[in-house]
Amino acid sequence: MKQFATLFAQLDQSTKTNTKVAALADYFSTAAQEDRLWTVALFSGRRPKRSITTTKLSKWAAELAEIPDWLFDECYPIVGDLAETISLILPPPRRLSDHSLSFWIKYLKSLADVEETDCKTAILNAWGQLDTAQRFLFNKLITGGFRVGISQKLITRALAKSTGQSEAELAHRLMGKWDPTTTTWHDLIEAEDASADASRPYPFCLAHGLDGDAADLGPPADWQAEWKWDGIRGQLILRDGQYFVWSRGEELMTDRFPELSRAIDYLPSGTVLDGELLVWRDGHPQSFNALQKRVGRKTVPKKLLNDAPVILYAYDLLEWGGVDLRAHPLQYRRALLERACADLSDDAPVRLSPIIPFKSWKDLAEIRSDARNHQAEGLMLKRGDSPYRVGRKKGDWWKWKLDPLSIDAVMIYAQSGHGRRANLFTDYTFAVWNGNDLVPFTKAYSGLSDEEFRKITAWVKKNTQQRFGPVRQVTPHHVFEIAFEGIQASSRHKSGVALRFPRMARWRQDKSVQDANTLDDLNEMLAIYG
Amino acid sequence: MTRTPLLTFTPNGIYCPSGDFYIDPWRPVRRALITHGHADHARAGHEHYLCTDLAAPVMRHRLGPIDVETVAYGQVLTIGDAQVSFHPAGHVPGSAQIRVQVGGEIWVASGDYKIENDGLSTPFEPVECHHFITESTFGLPMFHWQPQSVIAAQINAWWASCAANDQTAFLGAYALGKAQRLLSMLNPDIGPILTHTAIENTNVILRGQGTTLPDTILADGSIDHKVYKGALVLAPPSALGSAWARKFGAQQTAFASGWMQMRGVRRRRAGDRGFVISDHADWNGLLSAIKDTGAENIYVTHGYTDIFARHLNDIGLNAQVVPTQFEGETLDTSEDA
Ligand SMILES: [Zn+2]
Ligand SMILES: [Zn+2]
Repeated sequence: MKQFATLFAQLDQSTKTNTKVAALADYFSTAAQEDRLWTVALFSGRRPKRSITTTKLSKWAAELAEIPDWLFDECYPIVGDLAETISLILPPPRRLSDHSLSFWIKYLKSLADVEETDCKTAILNAWGQLDTAQRFLFNKLITGGFRVGISQKLITRALAKSTGQSEAELAHRLMGKWDPTTTTWHDLIEAEDASADASRPYPFCLAHGLDGDAADLGPPADWQAEWKWDGIRGQLILRDGQYFVWSRGEELMTDRFPELSRAIDYLPSGTVLDGELLVWRDGHPQSFNALQKRVGRKTVPKKLLNDAPVILYAYDLLEWGGVDLRAHPLQYRRALLERACADLSDDAPVRLSPIIPFKSWKDLAEIRSDARNHQAEGLMLKRGDSPYRVGRKKGDWWKWKLDPLSIDAVMIYAQSGHGRRANLFTDYTFAVWNGNDLVPFTKAYSGLSDEEFRKITAWVKKNTQQRFGPVRQVTPHHVFEIAFEGIQASSRHKSGVALRFPRMARWRQDKSVQDANTLDDLNEMLAIYG
Repeated sequence: MTRTPLLTFTPNGIYCPSGDFYIDPWRPVRRALITHGHADHARAGHEHYLCTDLAAPVMRHRLGPIDVETVAYGQVLTIGDAQVSFHPAGHVPGSAQIRVQVGGEIWVASGDYKIENDGLSTPFEPVECHHFITESTFGLPMFHWQPQSVIAAQINAWWASCAANDQTAFLGAYALGKAQRLLSMLNPDIGPILTHTAIENTNVILRGQGTTLPDTILADGSIDHKVYKGALVLAPPSALGSAWARKFGAQQTAFASGWMQMRGVRRRRAGDRGFVISDHADWNGLLSAIKDTGAENIYVTHGYTDIFARHLNDIGLNAQVVPTQFEGETLDTSEDA
């Protein structure tokens, strides 16, 4: 655990990407294979099955630290992380051991079916031989969530550095359903046939937001324009007579979209499509609001399946006839995709997302302004001769979104953030006017700089009117421009509306409370865009 | 029958009616007894100051020409009807707890204190009393300090690794107290030690009082930065990352503070390293100090006052929160003050 703790400290303390990559690469070259495998697993969100509840863990820790439960409960929000809180309050270890990361993972696994008293003894025994940093990691193995700002890209870079394999190859190997308890380092990273698993997706190619002038991209003829759909990015895999659906977040969503199973009847095995999952009705894609009902549903009732049928609106072909097409230029892949989709009947759960023809950037800008009428968020621009790249590489794919919707609102509650921002008030509730009342309508917690958060934190402390647990009601004073991507009616909210992706676009220090928008303004937006 | 307590908490700060004086007052008063020279305790504008002989030079430096009377640790003065004496608080050189006695009743206002002997400050001494005013900057059970020698080893190892990579090691620390403590922990064999003007000013004063500190070089505009690759630079946190600091080229920055115990703070400060070291008592230190006074009435200021006072009541003491001018919970104000 010491080696893993050292790695973790290096990653956690550095803000420099190169330092992180070097630390990881060194670890991948020196640590035991089993530990490497688990490290990749943990940093990519896989964690051992939880064998102990956090309630028990907290209780045992408080007991051992000889502090009452209420005091533990006070410490937790101040630290902002349960695993860390426990690691800090425990008395110092009696003797230090140096077992490996995988040792402790197996140790925890063995506690799955153990009586509570034995389980407690085992946990206390572990705490008794780990220092604070190692205890924190040990606790994290139980509670989950190793958030150290280690992206998949960083891991693949470090692996490439350590193994000499290409980043693209490694990224592909790390995708999919692999499980650190059943695979080995060799099978995952080194073995010849890495695509043995039929469900394995390709890493998604991601676009950057276009902030400059589209005309700077060069001749329009070099570019392909498409609508940027407001759905869920998905990859549909048809192999060995089976189908798999992956989200961009590398989540297997096959069971959530049973209607896509029929794709097997329309397209041959050995096909992988990249596209947007959308609710389709009356020959048109529907807004994200329609899809919202399907999101988060693990199983889908029949009625919902009828009311909100989902299709894959395909815009790229990554595999055809079992052959990886990603190195081919987009025009080539598009031509094959169009041929593959040419004869699809209207019942097929796959449709071809159209290309938008345009002659000049000026024309295209005009087309873009009409995006909301097409249930789109804007445009995608893709370079015609570009390969399908891994991850977010600048230059070939751009999203040219519409400007977000926005409204000026008054901050009325504040709450402290988590993790890095545990000591700042960063989570605010905003209100708009309804007559003489301020009606809360959304929360937002991002969009400001640390400096601004610090200023507001100092202000909140001096202007707290009332406390409700961690939440502070503050004097209505500050106005913020809230940007958001969509709006829909909601009976769960007092205001009657719910926003999509709300964030603070600007702190409007130039505006007074009276200048904030009204509920009528929100309702008007709802009528237009809801 | 009610009578005025020996020390009262007023909008000006802690007041003793029997002696007509204030302790660490916030607003200008006629007579101010000062526990130590940090800015939130020693303020400008009072008519008469009283502090320890060890604290006075720094206060003069910070506050300019002031009318200040000094007293040695343990020496008893009579002010009005009150007997007053200053006792080591171990917080920074010259820092004191102030003991006030009238008749048989004893109060102690402890200012800021820590238990561990840092080798520079006169070590903390428990003072028996009936009423004890305590800070609670780190009055939560997740704050546990490791021995100074352990932290010294961590800092020197970090410095050595910076030096090995031709990087300058910037260590951020408050100019009075923390900076000199860190200085005394450094191993001068690793390389030269440079200081920011704000810190060097305090060094000069303390050296003048007979404190032994390692040799330092003032990092002003005249130095040749290239010569000092591998040096350690002590600077106030505000100077880290400034144009002055950037002149040194490749560098790492570290902060030394009790708040570094929390990962969220470590990450937010965005330095390369955080060392957990404080001039305030940790959780166990606060509890043991309170116990050693034998006091039954505890007044909690500065920090996690609500939570700490509740806990003291839980363990059978009569504790209450008393107002501090600043809301104490903030992590952004310097802990060292
Ligand atoms: Zn203080
Ligand atoms: Zn102080």
